[in-house]
Amino acid sequence: MKVEIREAGFEPFAEVSRYQTAMQAAGKFGAAAVFVGSMRDFNEGDTVEQMWLEHYPGMTEKYLEKISCDAMERWDLLDSFILHRVGRICPADAIVLVAVWSAHRAAAFEASRWLMEELKSRAPFWKKETLSEGERWVAKNTPG
Amino acid sequence: MSISIKFFASLREQLGRDDCELEAGTVRTVAEAWARATNDAAMPVNTLMALNMEYVDVDTPVSDGDEVAFFPPVTGG
Repeated sequence: MKVEIREAGFEPFAEVSRYQTAMQAAGKFGAAAVFVGSMRDFNEGDTVEQMWLEHYPGMTEKYLEKISCDAMERWDLLDSFILHRVGRICPADAIVLVAVWSAHRAAAFEASRWLMEELKSRAPFWKKETLSEGERWVAKNTPG
Repeated sequence: MSISIKFFASLREQLGRDDCELEAGTVRTVAEAWARATNDAAMPVNTLMALNMEYVDVDTPVSDGDEVAFFPPVTGG
Protein backbone atom coordinates (compact mmCIF):
# COMPACT_ATOMS: atom_id res chain seq x y z
CA MET A 1 0.00 0.00 0.00
CA LYS A 2 1.36 3.39 -0.96
CA VAL A 3 0.15 7.01 -0.86
CA GLU A 4 2.16 9.82 -2.41
CA ILE A 5 1.67 13.55 -2.99
CA ARG A 6 3.95 14.89 -5.69
CA GLU A 7 4.69 18.33 -7.14
CA ALA A 8 6.42 17.02 -10.27
CA GLY A 9 4.42 15.74 -13.22
CA PHE A 10 4.10 11.98 -13.64
CA GLU A 11 3.28 9.48 -16.35
CA PRO A 12 0.54 7.41 -14.68
CA PHE A 13 0.94 4.20 -16.64
CA ALA A 14 4.71 4.15 -16.11
CA GLU A 15 3.99 4.62 -12.39
CA VAL A 16 1.56 1.69 -12.36
CA SER A 17 3.99 -0.48 -14.28
CA ARG A 18 6.86 0.36 -11.92
CA TYR A 19 4.74 -0.20 -8.81
CA GLN A 20 3.32 -3.48 -10.07
CA THR A 21 6.75 -4.80 -11.03
CA ALA A 22 8.01 -4.15 -7.49
CA MET A 23 4.92 -5.63 -5.80
CA GLN A 24 5.21 -8.69 -3.62
CA ALA A 25 1.85 -9.94 -4.89
CA ALA A 26 3.08 -11.02 -8.34
CA GLY A 27 1.24 -14.22 -9.30
CA LYS A 28 -1.39 -13.61 -6.62
CA PHE A 29 -3.51 -10.98 -8.36
CA GLY A 30 -5.85 -11.66 -11.22
CA ALA A 31 -7.18 -8.12 -11.50
CA ALA A 32 -5.77 -4.61 -11.52
CA ALA A 33 -8.09 -1.59 -11.78
CA VAL A 34 -6.51 1.75 -12.60
CA PHE A 35 -8.17 5.16 -12.55
CA VAL A 36 -6.39 8.24 -13.89
CA GLY A 37 -7.86 11.73 -13.53
CA SER A 38 -6.38 14.38 -15.84
CA MET A 39 -6.77 18.11 -16.19
CA ARG A 40 -9.38 19.36 -18.67
CA ASP A 41 -8.84 22.61 -20.57
CA PHE A 42 -12.47 23.61 -19.90
CA ASN A 43 -14.74 23.95 -16.87
CA GLU A 44 -18.21 25.43 -16.52
CA GLY A 45 -18.08 26.74 -20.10
CA ASP A 46 -14.73 28.51 -19.70
CA THR A 47 -11.30 27.76 -21.10
CA VAL A 48 -8.89 26.91 -18.29
CA GLU A 49 -5.25 27.75 -18.99
CA GLN A 50 -3.70 26.17 -15.92
CA MET A 51 -4.48 25.21 -12.37
CA TRP A 52 -2.98 25.46 -8.89
CA LEU A 53 -3.62 22.52 -6.57
CA GLU A 54 -3.25 23.14 -2.86
CA HIS A 55 -3.35 20.53 -0.10
CA TYR A 56 -3.08 20.29 3.68
CA PRO A 57 0.35 18.71 4.22
CA GLY A 58 0.00 15.92 6.75
CA MET A 59 -3.77 15.67 6.79
CA THR A 60 -4.04 14.88 3.08
CA GLU A 61 -1.59 11.97 3.35
CA LYS A 62 -3.25 10.79 6.56
CA TYR A 63 -6.69 10.83 4.96
CA LEU A 64 -5.53 8.95 1.86
CA GLU A 65 -3.81 6.35 4.06
CA LYS A 66 -7.01 5.98 6.08
CA ILE A 67 -9.19 5.32 3.03
CA SER A 68 -6.57 2.93 1.61
CA CYS A 69 -6.69 0.94 4.87
CA ASP A 70 -10.50 1.08 4.87
CA ALA A 71 -10.57 -0.28 1.31
CA MET A 72 -8.17 -3.10 2.23
CA GLU A 73 -10.54 -4.09 5.04
CA ARG A 74 -13.71 -3.72 3.05
CA TRP A 75 -12.57 -5.61 -0.06
CA ASP A 76 -10.20 -8.50 -0.56
CA LEU A 77 -7.39 -6.36 -2.02
CA LEU A 78 -3.77 -7.37 -2.39
CA ASP A 79 -2.36 -3.86 -2.78
CA SER A 80 -3.23 -0.23 -3.57
CA PHE A 81 -1.41 2.86 -4.83
CA ILE A 82 -2.66 6.45 -4.76
CA LEU A 83 -0.58 9.23 -6.32
CA HIS A 84 -1.82 12.85 -6.44
CA ARG A 85 -0.26 15.99 -7.94
CA VAL A 86 -0.09 19.36 -6.18
CA GLY A 87 1.22 22.73 -7.33
CA ARG A 88 1.00 24.07 -10.88
CA ILE A 89 -0.82 21.81 -13.33
CA CYS A 90 -1.36 22.21 -17.07
CA PRO A 91 -4.15 20.83 -19.30
CA ALA A 92 -3.73 17.11 -20.10
CA ASP A 93 -1.47 16.56 -17.07
CA ALA A 94 -2.39 13.62 -14.87
CA ILE A 95 -3.73 14.84 -11.51
CA VAL A 96 -4.56 11.61 -9.72
CA LEU A 97 -3.79 7.92 -10.05
CA VAL A 98 -5.66 5.23 -8.09
CA ALA A 99 -4.62 1.63 -8.69
CA VAL A 100 -5.76 -1.47 -6.84
CA TRP A 101 -4.92 -5.14 -7.19
CA SER A 102 -7.05 -8.13 -6.17
CA ALA A 103 -7.53 -11.80 -6.94
CA HIS A 104 -10.82 -11.16 -8.76
CA ARG A 105 -12.20 -8.24 -10.75
CA ALA A 106 -15.22 -7.26 -8.62
CA ALA A 107 -13.11 -6.15 -5.65
CA ALA A 108 -10.73 -4.20 -7.88
CA PHE A 109 -13.51 -2.38 -9.77
CA GLU A 110 -15.53 -1.58 -6.66
CA ALA A 111 -12.60 -0.53 -4.48
CA SER A 112 -11.08 1.77 -7.11
CA ARG A 113 -14.43 3.52 -7.62
CA TRP A 114 -14.98 3.85 -3.88
CA LEU A 115 -11.46 5.21 -3.29
CA MET A 116 -11.91 7.85 -5.99
CA GLU A 117 -15.28 8.96 -4.61
CA GLU A 118 -13.88 9.19 -1.07
CA LEU A 119 -10.86 11.11 -2.33
CA LYS A 120 -13.01 13.56 -4.32
CA SER A 121 -15.46 14.19 -1.50
CA ARG A 122 -13.20 14.31 1.59
CA ALA A 123 -9.45 14.48 0.86
CA PRO A 124 -8.20 18.02 1.57
CA PHE A 125 -7.16 19.33 -1.85
CA TRP A 126 -8.32 22.58 -3.47
CA LYS A 127 -8.13 23.66 -7.10
CA LYS A 128 -7.66 27.21 -8.29
CA GLU A 129 -8.14 27.74 -12.01
CA THR A 130 -6.42 30.32 -14.18
CA LEU A 131 -8.74 31.65 -16.90
CA SER A 132 -7.95 34.35 -19.46
CA GLU A 133 -9.89 36.80 -17.24
CA GLY A 134 -8.18 35.88 -13.98
CA GLU A 135 -8.22 33.21 -11.28
CA ARG A 136 -11.01 31.42 -9.43
CA TRP A 137 -11.28 28.70 -6.83
CA VAL A 138 -13.31 25.67 -7.88
CA ALA A 139 -16.31 25.76 -5.53
CA LYS A 140 -17.14 22.03 -5.58
CA ASN A 141 -16.49 18.85 -7.47
CA THR A 142 -18.87 17.53 -10.09
CA PRO A 143 -21.03 14.57 -8.93
CA GLY A 144 -19.26 12.00 -11.11
CA MET B 1 1.90 25.87 24.85
CA SER B 2 -0.76 27.17 22.53
CA ILE B 3 -3.40 26.15 20.00
CA SER B 4 -2.37 26.39 16.37
CA ILE B 5 -4.96 27.57 13.84
CA LYS B 6 -4.67 27.09 10.08
CA PHE B 7 -6.75 28.32 7.14
CA PHE B 8 -6.62 26.94 3.63
CA ALA B 9 -7.52 27.85 0.04
CA SER B 10 -10.29 30.42 -0.54
CA LEU B 11 -10.88 30.77 3.20
CA ARG B 12 -7.25 31.77 3.72
CA GLU B 13 -7.56 34.41 1.00
CA GLN B 14 -10.85 35.76 2.36
CA LEU B 15 -9.42 36.08 5.86
CA GLY B 16 -6.03 37.34 4.66
CA ARG B 17 -4.06 34.97 6.90
CA ASP B 18 -2.89 31.39 6.75
CA ASP B 19 -2.29 30.63 10.40
CA CYS B 20 -2.16 31.98 13.93
CA GLU B 21 -1.58 30.84 17.49
CA LEU B 22 -4.10 31.13 20.31
CA GLU B 23 -3.14 31.11 23.93
CA ALA B 24 -4.12 27.80 25.54
CA GLY B 25 -7.09 28.02 27.89
CA THR B 26 -8.71 30.93 26.07
CA VAL B 27 -11.00 28.76 23.92
CA ARG B 28 -12.93 25.58 24.73
CA THR B 29 -14.25 24.41 21.35
CA VAL B 30 -13.52 24.54 17.63
CA ALA B 31 -16.27 27.17 17.26
CA GLU B 32 -14.62 29.36 19.91
CA ALA B 33 -11.24 28.92 18.22
CA TRP B 34 -12.76 30.17 14.95
CA ALA B 35 -14.34 33.17 16.69
CA ARG B 36 -11.12 34.11 18.48
CA ALA B 37 -8.91 33.62 15.43
CA THR B 38 -11.14 35.58 13.05
CA ASN B 39 -12.35 38.34 15.39
CA ASP B 40 -15.86 36.89 15.32
CA ALA B 41 -16.17 36.70 11.55
CA ALA B 42 -19.23 34.79 10.31
CA MET B 43 -18.22 31.25 9.37
CA PRO B 44 -19.21 30.39 5.77
CA VAL B 45 -21.93 27.70 5.91
CA ASN B 46 -19.95 25.08 4.03
CA THR B 47 -16.75 25.41 6.07
CA LEU B 48 -15.03 22.13 6.96
CA MET B 49 -12.86 21.77 10.04
CA ALA B 50 -10.24 19.41 11.37
CA LEU B 51 -8.67 18.87 14.78
CA ASN B 52 -5.17 17.39 14.67
CA MET B 53 -5.80 16.47 11.02
CA GLU B 54 -9.09 14.61 11.56
CA TYR B 55 -12.51 15.91 10.59
CA VAL B 56 -14.56 17.26 13.50
CA ASP B 57 -17.48 19.63 14.02
CA VAL B 58 -17.77 23.03 15.69
CA ASP B 59 -18.67 21.60 19.11
CA THR B 60 -15.53 19.47 19.44
CA PRO B 61 -13.43 20.47 22.47
CA VAL B 62 -9.90 21.77 21.89
CA SER B 63 -6.95 21.63 24.26
CA ASP B 64 -3.40 22.78 24.66
CA GLY B 65 -1.11 21.77 21.79
CA ASP B 66 -3.95 21.07 19.35
CA GLU B 67 -3.92 22.06 15.68
CA VAL B 68 -7.27 23.29 14.35
CA ALA B 69 -7.80 23.83 10.61
CA PHE B 70 -10.63 25.49 8.68
CA PHE B 71 -11.14 25.10 4.95
CA PRO B 72 -13.73 25.22 2.16
CA PRO B 73 -15.27 22.15 0.45
CA VAL B 74 -12.55 20.00 -1.09
CA THR B 75 -12.00 19.80 -4.85
CA GLY B 76 -9.20 17.31 -5.46
CA GLY B 77 -8.97 14.40 -7.88
